[in-house]
Amino acid sequence: MDYVIKIIPQMIAGCEMTFQVFIITILLSIPLGILLALGRVSKFKFLQSIIGLYVWIMRGTPLMLQIFFVYFVLPVFDIRLPDFHSAVVAFVLNYAAYFCEIFRAGIQAIPQGQYEAAHTLGMNYLQTMKRIVLPQVFRIILPPISNETITLVKDTSLVYVLAMNDLMRTARNLVQRDFSIIPFIVAAVFYLLATLFFTVIFERLEKHFSRYDK
Amino acid sequence: MKKIEAHDIHKYFGDLEVLKGINLDVEEGEVIAVIGPSGSGKSTFLRCLNKLETITRGNILVDGKSFVETVGDKVRYAPEDVQKEIVCSMGMVFQQFNLFPHMTVLENLIEGPIQVQKRKRAEVVEEAERLLAKVGLSEKRDEYPSRLSGGQQQRVAIARALCMNPEIMLFDEPTSALDPELVGEVLKTMKALAEEKMTMIVVTHEMGFAREVATRVMFMADGIVQVEGKPKDVFDNPTNERLKAFLSVVLK
Repeated sequence: MDYVIKIIPQMIAGCEMTFQVFIITILLSIPLGILLALGRVSKFKFLQSIIGLYVWIMRGTPLMLQIFFVYFVLPVFDIRLPDFHSAVVAFVLNYAAYFCEIFRAGIQAIPQGQYEAAHTLGMNYLQTMKRIVLPQVFRIILPPISNETITLVKDTSLVYVLAMNDLMRTARNLVQRDFSIIPFIVAAVFYLLATLFFTVIFERLEKHFSRYDK
Repeated sequence: MKKIEAHDIHKYFGDLEVLKGINLDVEEGEVIAVIGPSGSGKSTFLRCLNKLETITRGNILVDGKSFVETVGDKVRYAPEDVQKEIVCSMGMVFQQFNLFPHMTVLENLIEGPIQVQKRKRAEVVEEAERLLAKVGLSEKRDEYPSRLSGGQQQRVAIARALCMNPEIMLFDEPTSALDPELVGEVLKTMKALAEEKMTMIVVTHEMGFAREVATRVMFMADGIVQVEGKPKDVFDNPTNERLKAFLSVVLK
């Protein structure tokens, strides 16, 4: 127990890095995902295909490979990013692809009649999307968004490969230094607590948004 | 004063010609009932009037203003702002109600006036409440649509359209999705509107309503207007064979 208390400050310091990667990824990839989804359901065939290709590549290759790509391949083209930025760029590009598909499915689930009603009220495209379509989309896609969010909590441990001191690497370092597996257990508890937190948040959100269901 | 002048309206879906040159002039305060078998193009025609469908050829004037015109082979719609103004001057009620499920009844009513017409919220809420009272749904003001019956939802949809202060009301089979016992309340609301001299075009299968409330009946089949006239003449002395066949089925 004493040992656990002793390592906690270091573990929390590791959480900080994990949390930063997580929060920046969420804040950037969701809006980017929405924009990509709007492009994917737009009437511009070329845009649709480009985004389709993008989604295929981002979902079809490992996130770890994408992190390496940003970190090792971009400098070849004279684009140099610090470790942290490299990791975040890869995460955002990857998660935006998943969010794009989630939002696309959500947008396509909204009946045509909603667009028609908005049209007869004189609403333009932006008003229709912002006021009528997207609020209903959020309700539909909360469960898959919840899934992705929880996956991201754990995926952040992939920054390990760039030697960044996140929760995962901190635990590993402590294990090697102290010849004890306890840091791994503490790390697991941290991840579980974060997951529990988001599970509760999303349950509340779902409840809030279900107020207009039957 | 002519509210709508639609001339030579043609509409293709791919190679299929669903409207083959429809003409309709509507005077202020008229109630036009559009009847006909399914697939006759009557809903499509109605939807062309507010650009839910774009036409392939023809001219439409609303309140004397050009909405769409055909010059040579080119179909030209009015500039965006004129289009919007014209669309807003026509309220529309759908078969499937199409209320916004994430908004309360009141929010459904005030959405267009506030977001599109930029009217003051207090004034719009007041008008919305008056309209809800008129359709007999004041106590449902803060309910979500999913908690209302079909008939109540359709009356909310009518109130929502009216809240935009339209000059013309378009009804696309407003009672076709309703349980039989709920049809009456919606027709009653529409009849009250007709009595206030609202200009209305109603695509309907309710022959009783067409006969009693309409000032003119338009019978469509195969994408053309087969018969047009006063309800009495259309229903009591049909001479057109298609009309006779249609009436013998629906009036049974």
